[in-house]
Amino acid sequence: MKKNTLLITYLQVAPLFLVLLLFVIVPLALVVAVSFFRYQVLVGLVPDFTFKNYVDILSNSTNWWLYFSTIKFTVIVLAITFVLGFWISYFLVFHVRNLLTAIGLFLVCTVPFWTSNIIRMISWRPVLGREGLINSALLKIGAVDQPLEWLLFSDFAVVVAYVHLFTLFMIVPIFNSMARIDPALLEAAYDGGASRWGVVWNVVLPLSKTGIALGAVFVVTLVMGDFFVISVMSGGLSGSATSGIFNDLQFLNYPRAAASAVILVIIVLMIAAAIFRLVDVRRELAQ
Amino acid sequence: MTQPTKKPTPQGGLTRRNVLKGGAAMAGLAAGSDIIRGFPTVWAQNIKDVTLNHTGQSYSTLIDIARQASADLGFKVEMSVTDHPGMTNRIVNDPTSIDIADTEIWQTKVFVPLGKTQCVDVKRITSWDKMTPLYTQGVFAGNEVSRQGDSPYEIMYRESRDATSFHDGPTEWATFMPGVYNADTLGIRPDLVGREISSWGDLLDPAFAGKAAIQNIPAIGIMDAIMALESAGHVKYVDKGNLTREEIDQTIGKLIEFKKAGHWRALWNTFDESVNLMASGEVVIQSMWSPAVTAVKAQGVQCVYQPLKEGYRGWGNGLALMGHLEGIRLDAAYEYLNWYVSGWVGGFIAKQGYYISVPETAKAHLTDNEWGFFYDGKAATDVITSPTGEKTNEAGEVRDGGSYEERFSKVGVWNCLMDEAEYQYAKWNEFNAA
Repeated sequence: MKKNTLLITYLQVAPLFLVLLLFVIVPLALVVAVSFFRYQVLVGLVPDFTFKNYVDILSNSTNWWLYFSTIKFTVIVLAITFVLGFWISYFLVFHVRNLLTAIGLFLVCTVPFWTSNIIRMISWRPVLGREGLINSALLKIGAVDQPLEWLLFSDFAVVVAYVHLFTLFMIVPIFNSMARIDPALLEAAYDGGASRWGVVWNVVLPLSKTGIALGAVFVVTLVMGDFFVISVMSGGLSGSATSGIFNDLQFLNYPRAAASAVILVIIVLMIAAAIFRLVDVRRELAQ
Repeated sequence: MTQPTKKPTPQGGLTRRNVLKGGAAMAGLAAGSDIIRGFPTVWAQNIKDVTLNHTGQSYSTLIDIARQASADLGFKVEMSVTDHPGMTNRIVNDPTSIDIADTEIWQTKVFVPLGKTQCVDVKRITSWDKMTPLYTQGVFAGNEVSRQGDSPYEIMYRESRDATSFHDGPTEWATFMPGVYNADTLGIRPDLVGREISSWGDLLDPAFAGKAAIQNIPAIGIMDAIMALESAGHVKYVDKGNLTREEIDQTIGKLIEFKKAGHWRALWNTFDESVNLMASGEVVIQSMWSPAVTAVKAQGVQCVYQPLKEGYRGWGNGLALMGHLEGIRLDAAYEYLNWYVSGWVGGFIAKQGYYISVPETAKAHLTDNEWGFFYDGKAATDVITSPTGEKTNEAGEVRDGGSYEERFSKVGVWNCLMDEAEYQYAKWNEFNAA
């Protein structure tokens, strides 16, 4: 009897396991294998076992700088999207009384996603450019006498685009977590004498932890894996860890690109592990 | 011309072996090749059923060409566009997805050693004798063409159909059939630069700090940088087409210095970015491709493709036949190549500023006014339009840089793949990251 249940359990897990095996484990194993191959200029990859690719990457100060700059962007974007995501969700869940209105407003948040990623990003250019909307407005009202150069093709522009693109990934899970909080709990806290801030800090925030953690994982992986937004919005003046991979592919250097990818995966996994250490998503979701 | 040392194997044998090797991956033809596999003698398949895939980069892989070819030839030509890295990657890793590879000269140095393409039999190209000697003999207007960088002649020939190395001197096997080419230079906004621009070094003039841009395509961007740095006296080069590590270090070091000083407004990656930068006035002097200048002008904004005293950065494309082509598909491919240089394409791409390998056939597809403007360097007698019909030049205007002969006689350096390419790309990445 016991053996039978075990078999059934395995069978139940099998489809998901197969999917993960086929689409996660096998490709990842290939990337890891290739990262130890040798690169021959203009020929591509030669099967081998060498640490040269890793040594190349880790001994080059540019790569450290790239990782530093990628992590800098990740932290900034994470902070901004968290603040925005948290308060937008808070407003939707606790301030909008009518459920239908709340859902309606929530859907409004997704409107920008009806257009493609690239269009949403490119559309910032006429807004931020030297002769763009903001600069012409500032010049007209006399706030500045020279157009602000740092609005476009700068770290600022990159952060604006990231926040615009990725805030929704924060809103959705936090909204979901908050919606599960029983409003009676908040009433009880107020009745018990808690201040408005006290309720947010001691009740809402802890109970939204799962959503925040999931949102953070989305934002971290999206920012760390990006090379396109950064290249377009910085006008090619900033790079990311991923743009290093892209540059390697330009001359068929798959081994080094694979090694960069492995390092990136390790870093992202470490960040994800840290996030999940802070928040036990499984337990919270099981509640 | 020297005779090829090895005669091509009779069609039948090669045909069959290559099919067995797994070529002809085009979905629509799977059934057809199945028939061939079993009975090599059955050539019942009609050439009208053939579909050829022409893959290349955006500036030369134009859908209008495919439409016209399909209409003129009776079989179907499809275009698929990719970027430079995508192109080499596709040829090397997915060769059967392409039939005709529209590649740059330097790209051949990546895929020829890997045996991904078969040579073009020059006997089967009817207008081979009329090809510009720029490609076929390495001379232009009676003078030897610059050999700094990858000049077309150096990669033009191979010893046999499937040879994997280049041959010095003409043979009957061409690496590719010469296609479109041009001489590139800097684009400027004459209304905004405020002075005469005459040298590549002007790109680095502090007066243009924050208003200059360079292209972020490592293989080509570095050539613009080299021309500018040498002319402005920052770096001395032995061979601008093949830098040593020290020269690369110095070049990138200087580029980073300029970047940190805020000289570059942007590094552009795509054609349309360069158009927008120029048209919006974000940038007044930058690396540019000829059709981008046309596109800026078509918006009614002044833009000049400025000739410079150090000469042009030359580039060229050719159509290579992929190794898997054979039998009726190879016949169709040769028909397409012959059509490509028969005039229509030359006329079409002339209007975006490019030249075709057989200029005289293009003449029939251009008006006297257009031929005079684009090739002879004469003042336009009427308005000049882009391929899509927008006005780009008024009557009375002369092409920037003058005639075909004048422009191509002044090529200083060619787009190239250096021996230290791996190092060069890695360093370029540092320029990006700095």
